[in-house]
Amino acid sequence: MNETVKMAGVSKRYGNATVVRDVSLGLHAGETIALVGHNGAGKTTLIKLMLGLIRPTDGLVRVLGENPATGDFVVRQRLGYLPESVSFNMALSGRETLRFYARLKRVDIAAAEELFERVGLAAEAVDRPVRTYSKGMRQRLGLAQALLGTPRVLLLDEPTSGLDPALRRSFYDLITELRGKGTTVLLSSHALTELEGRTDRVIIVNNGVAIADGTLDDLRRIARLPTRISVKLSQMDVAPRWANGGMKWSRDEDGVLAAEVLPDRKLPLLHDITADAALISGLTITEPTLDDLYAHFLRTQVTK
Amino acid sequence: MRNVLTIAGKEIQEGTRNRWVLATTLLLAGLALTLSFLGSAPTGNVGVNKLDVVIVSLSSLTIFLVPLIALLLSHDAIVGEMERGTMLLLLSYPIGRSEVVFGKFLGHLAILAFATLFGYGAAAAAIIATGNEIGPGSWQAFASMIASSVLLGAVFAAIGYLTSAVASERTTAGGIAIGIWLFFVLIYDMALLGALVAAQGQAIPTGLLDLLLLANPTDVYRLLNLGSGGASALSAMGGVADHAGLSPPVLVAALALWTLAPLGFATLIFSRREL
Repeated sequence: MNETVKMAGVSKRYGNATVVRDVSLGLHAGETIALVGHNGAGKTTLIKLMLGLIRPTDGLVRVLGENPATGDFVVRQRLGYLPESVSFNMALSGRETLRFYARLKRVDIAAAEELFERVGLAAEAVDRPVRTYSKGMRQRLGLAQALLGTPRVLLLDEPTSGLDPALRRSFYDLITELRGKGTTVLLSSHALTELEGRTDRVIIVNNGVAIADGTLDDLRRIARLPTRISVKLSQMDVAPRWANGGMKWSRDEDGVLAAEVLPDRKLPLLHDITADAALISGLTITEPTLDDLYAHFLRTQVTK
Repeated sequence: MRNVLTIAGKEIQEGTRNRWVLATTLLLAGLALTLSFLGSAPTGNVGVNKLDVVIVSLSSLTIFLVPLIALLLSHDAIVGEMERGTMLLLLSYPIGRSEVVFGKFLGHLAILAFATLFGYGAAAAAIIATGNEIGPGSWQAFASMIASSVLLGAVFAAIGYLTSAVASERTTAGGIAIGIWLFFVLIYDMALLGALVAAQGQAIPTGLLDLLLLANPTDVYRLLNLGSGGASALSAMGGVADHAGLSPPVLVAALALWTLAPLGFATLIFSRREL
């Protein structure tokens, strides 16, 4: 696959504080990647490094084959960026703002104005000063400027924070469309949950270290998080044979047995439980959520 | 170059939108008109060319007001955009940081030039409208007064950019800017005067006096406009100007240097700054 962004052994220190520590990653054309971490985990710093706004203390950053900090500025014409909580000059209208950015990127003004429709910024709002915009409208304008010049790499810093669900969906539709055209899309987020099904790959950062990198399925496999199975027995006082198979079952006063089961033992156990259907009156299987997965990776890093 | 003009255009657009252009032009025009009518009262009709009187009063006005306006416009230019978060987005575009600084400077200079030209032009127009004869020599002095006022504005805009590039917060930049204004416009000359008094009439070597005058752009401006022609007799600046051996080209060069040096440093510091 065509590599668009490459980081090798990148570290960034401010004085004594290390905000990014030895990060190596490669992003490819047509890939949608989620960069997940707490606030202050180093997501924004990684994006700024990719943009060349700051220079790495150690290591190497390449975007579309160039060093973004010192290399040819032409590369930036094919780069889209949406900062976290984007802001514009309040006095200018949306149209004036987008025109200004289009001129800097050498994008045809008419082509630029088509973006208003694409991001869903209402025509009557376009000529109003940005001061009157709601957070969602500002975010749409921010997205419009990021899409100028059909970028090959799109870096979006917390793009969906503050967006309503309808807007969020149209936003992800847009991302899917771009992915089809071969754009590398990097989304940063502090929650993994909303990204399910939207991304090819997840990179989790914590304290400036990339602690996990892979598809959601990969991460689930690596984490080996237990599934919670709870069984409601039809009679209170029976002790089924499968209930002493080496797992820790807990029983509450309603006669519900519950246990955490590792992935490889899940199916055999379910087989045993359902073999004697007369014994049970209810069965609930709770798979680990993305938040559990995220918490797991954060935990393992701390104990490391 | 195209990027510089794009930035300058946006700066002018913002200036007209948030009424900076209108406010400064009206302020300068209002004060200029007041001075040109009040200023003629004490002289009466004693044969002094009216425009020369106006040049003297407007020059003094410029020394106070134009640096202040220039600093107010410029101190916010870099650090303000950083604080509002708009700089982050701008620098992700294919544009160099020096282009950002020069573009903004050009835009602010255009706003200053517009305000000075039309503000002071109003005073000249008023004098013509009241039926006064104005000689070509006076017109030339008036034109060079406006040009040098814009140049003085450029000096302080450049100094404002330097403070804006150095300061980590807007308020700090504003404080420094006010301090710089006070120093060059008020304190410096008072200190110089004090030193001259303390020297008790002993002649200061010409070279030292020149240097002390060149070290303050407002003094350079004063010498340039009040040191020669009809204005020198009116302003009593002729005495100093005769003593100092500085010709107009040297003075203009000094103002140009006062503009380019701070602007160059501002660009250098801004280029090294991390966002």
